[in-house]
Amino acid sequence: MALDRKIAYINLTTGEVEVKPIPLDIRRKFLGGRGLDAYLLFNHSEKGCDPLGPDNPLIVSGGILTATCASATARTHIMAKSPLTGLLGSANMGGFFAPEMAWAGFHHLVIKGKAKTPSYIYIHNGEIEIRDAQNVWGMTTTDTQWAIRDELNDQEVKSLVIGPAGENLVAYANVMTGIKNAGGRSGMGAVLGSKNLKAIACRGTMDINIAHPVEALEYNKRFIDQITSAKVNKTQGTLGTPMIWGATNSWGGVRTRNFQYNQCEYADDIEPERIDEICEETMGPYHMSGCFGCQVHCRAQYRIPSGPLKGKYDEGPEYTSQGAFGGEPDCTSAETVLAGNHLVDQYGMDNLEVGSIISWAMELYELGIITSKDTDGLDLRFSNDEALLEMVERICYRKGKVADALAQGGIQASKIFGKNSFDYLIQVKGMSNLHSDERATPALALNIATASRGSDHLRSRPAIDLYHLPEKVLRKIYSSPMPYEGPLSSEHTEYVGKAWQVFWQENCYMGVDCLGICKYHTTFLGATLPNFEDWPKVLYYNTGLEFTPEELWDISERCNMIERLFNLREGLTRDDLEKGDMLNHRYFDEPCRRGAPDVVGRMIDKEKFVQMIDEFYEHKGLDKKGKPKAKTLKRLGLTNEPSHML
Amino acid sequence: MEKKDKVLMINPEKCTGCRLCELVCAVKHDGVSNPSRSRIRVMKWEMDGVYIPMACQQCQDAPCMAVCPANAISRNDDLNVIEVDHDKCIGCRSCVAVCPFGAMGFNSIDRKVFKCDLCDGDPQCVRFCEVEAVEYVDADDVAILKKQEAAAKLHATSHKVALKDA
Repeated sequence: MALDRKIAYINLTTGEVEVKPIPLDIRRKFLGGRGLDAYLLFNHSEKGCDPLGPDNPLIVSGGILTATCASATARTHIMAKSPLTGLLGSANMGGFFAPEMAWAGFHHLVIKGKAKTPSYIYIHNGEIEIRDAQNVWGMTTTDTQWAIRDELNDQEVKSLVIGPAGENLVAYANVMTGIKNAGGRSGMGAVLGSKNLKAIACRGTMDINIAHPVEALEYNKRFIDQITSAKVNKTQGTLGTPMIWGATNSWGGVRTRNFQYNQCEYADDIEPERIDEICEETMGPYHMSGCFGCQVHCRAQYRIPSGPLKGKYDEGPEYTSQGAFGGEPDCTSAETVLAGNHLVDQYGMDNLEVGSIISWAMELYELGIITSKDTDGLDLRFSNDEALLEMVERICYRKGKVADALAQGGIQASKIFGKNSFDYLIQVKGMSNLHSDERATPALALNIATASRGSDHLRSRPAIDLYHLPEKVLRKIYSSPMPYEGPLSSEHTEYVGKAWQVFWQENCYMGVDCLGICKYHTTFLGATLPNFEDWPKVLYYNTGLEFTPEELWDISERCNMIERLFNLREGLTRDDLEKGDMLNHRYFDEPCRRGAPDVVGRMIDKEKFVQMIDEFYEHKGLDKKGKPKAKTLKRLGLTNEPSHML
Repeated sequence: MEKKDKVLMINPEKCTGCRLCELVCAVKHDGVSNPSRSRIRVMKWEMDGVYIPMACQQCQDAPCMAVCPANAISRNDDLNVIEVDHDKCIGCRSCVAVCPFGAMGFNSIDRKVFKCDLCDGDPQCVRFCEVEAVEYVDADDVAILKKQEAAAKLHATSHKVALKDA
């Protein structure tokens, strides 16, 4: 039974392991995955705890549906207090790790303490062992995984690992599994590194009983047909996320030269078709990979075609890497994107943060705020591909003054660089933004300003806002399961009704993250994909638990509120540029300089933006300061948090 | 039952490595999710991006059948499938040892061998594989389909050579 998967509390200081069942009433309140992680983080951490100290709980989980007969239940969630933001740290990844952990008997791990020497956790059919990792310390992410398999003499072991960046406590180090699946945001890799924890390895052959197997199988087929019939997913399965690169860029939604432009001039050179062309000799025919049980198969495969890394295998590059190593630093060579992507995968660093923060440093360099003396002679100007790749390595190994500062994250680095460097940093809550430019899309701007883990596109982004869907269609999507009769607009440059869309998406994404399903299987890029109305059946057939769409909505709201409570406890204040729901002044002061006619000249109207935040708070049941009203906490059953039930 | 002469045709070049086939196989046969119970398994060379689904080939001269000391393994000609009679099976696992494809499994929970039964003519791995890396085709057609694929590659290569020469 999926519901008999356990929670394990592991103390790396003492070596103690405690295993407990997950009570049904907890499931009904927080479901699993990210939602239950948020509950655990809020309950197992003390206010103000050091993100890199032994008391910061590292929580690793699969969703309630992980490895059941539902589609794409591959997602692993990782949570802790973030060393990058000092607020909620939260990362979600595909691959094969969470299903293996579920077959090994576990849905959630809460890891505390610090191992005396480099160690890894090995979980095998209900047994948990802490093992020596000194042999693999220093290794890259893939080498670590293969070495652990060899040591355990089991090639089916799936591991979640850190690379050198996590060991060196880079504030945005990843956890990785497989070749490129990354728990990539908010520095969860550094939390593992701070605990001397190199990896978590799993191997499981325990049955997960399916409550109604015949129905689950048939419903899964229907679900998959719905998912694969969406044109967006067909394209995704051919080109991967780079499918949106060309359109977004030509429209004017790609940050270039940090934030100076909103369009990269030579974008065609890093299109997926171009990558296919230059890799044909080293890789052979273009081919895609999938995560566990997923028919979207959005991961492209490649081998670096030339240069010092020629022949190295990797997967991607994702849209995020195109921006990180292409648009933002204004480097327009596909080879650079492929090499940069490979380096961050091997070192275990967040590609978004790396690309964004180096581009920021490049702008500071061109402004003279940092100089070649600070960079030890490295000519850190825009469009210098070699300097970009050199900087990736320097950050990972913290070589030199500038790289060491950047490795601590943007806000910390801005304090080291001084002057007005902070004014140029494109971040929210201390986390850099994706390379996307939200100045022409108020809904997306609200999303990045209010996302719980900092500037982020995967927490509440109403991406379908760009499709100009008829109002009738928008209403159908956004007024279920919770009735909504307020305004909605098909116009992406509008402000009205957007707060509701962001609120709805925030709950939708929390829903899939609790289930353990990928966002490509819900209302993210495709307007016709399953959501609250479809999930009760999947849940019932697989686990036997009955929920209404409204109940699932309430769970999502509750889990989002727990994340909010955590952030408020750790210092979130509404207008604080470092820890609040606020955007850098450039969004309000600098108009877009390139792109389509509906983009050129646009920027965010601050007055309307503030009003939009007010509306968003109102939908969430928060007061004007962004704190939950007493009646909201009562409605969501959160009055007594932390309640220490698990 | 209608006599069938159909076989599983596996094309590793199409496989994305998602292992949905493993999941649905175990759910169909045992009502549980557990790849170690699946009749089809995807073997991977992750650093090469190569994934190869492995399943029973329903051999004409099946080593498992030949080696079985209890005569528990037989061919069902109607479905063109090799079957294990669990009433006769003594669980010695000789068949597991001799299968050249590793397609005979042994389940340590039920302590029984198990293998692909083509889901009585509606293989779920095929039904769920959207990229068609696993197909269920007439035995006669396998060779011609392979010929077509190989020829298409030759065609593509010669076309490229011609372009280069031009």
